[in-house]
Amino acid sequence: MEIRFDQKSKAMRVMLDGEIDHHCALDTRIEIDSQIKQLQPKRLILDYGEVTFMDSSGIGLIMGRHRLMQSLGGTIEVANVPDRLYKVIKLAGIEKLGKVSTAGNGGIK
Amino acid sequence: MKAINSMSMSFESRSVNEGFARVTVSSFAAQLDPTLEELSDVKTAVSEAVTNCIVHAYGNSSGKIYIYACIYDNGTIRIRIKDRGCGIEDVKRAMQPLYSSLGGERAGLGFAVMESFMDKVKVRSTVGKGTSVTLEKRISGKFENEN
Repeated sequence: MEIRFDQKSKAMRVMLDGEIDHHCALDTRIEIDSQIKQLQPKRLILDYGEVTFMDSSGIGLIMGRHRLMQSLGGTIEVANVPDRLYKVIKLAGIEKLGKVSTAGNGGIK
Repeated sequence: MKAINSMSMSFESRSVNEGFARVTVSSFAAQLDPTLEELSDVKTAVSEAVTNCIVHAYGNSSGKIYIYACIYDNGTIRIRIKDRGCGIEDVKRAMQPLYSSLGGERAGLGFAVMESFMDKVKVRSTVGKGTSVTLEKRISGKFENEN
């Protein structure tokens, strides 16, 4: 799993690249959380555009970051979800936590 | 329903093997000529079951995980994932969506994902002895989807 960060004013985009499973979830979480705590964004955008596989660990990652952003008074969005991964996102009811966009509908700008 | 091919494997309950297990099972399933979506469903369900063995069954200890997979002449694949870990006291509760005995970063969706991505999920567990999860899915395949 490779992670890139892009912060513009108070919006932080986290671009995830690779597979998300339980094995890589811990390191991914630590890296994202340390950036959030350092840069204090108001809007966190998790970009799943380059994620090739994920199981429910990818959901745990969103739910955990949602809790963190809530405690900082911010919001979370999940962008560019590939069609194949959307099934898991939908099953978990992630849409109730924040805006979700799929790869097909243009994504969150 | 007649078995036409089978495979078995065992490996250590180390999280680095989660990827190895799901990729191996999905390449075995590939001979049914599944669509990308079907293959991804199988991969995801196997990943959940194997993660459960590592996180719950063996917890802070370690042990072996066994996988048996069988392909049947009607295009069904049956995958059994077995451990000799701590077992599940209340299988019904463990299978409830959003329930996790660990909480925190685990979404509690492992069984919910298995149930929605596979046709059948059967769980047998004995406390102190281990758990076996049987997943079954009929692969319609590219051929049937095109015709």
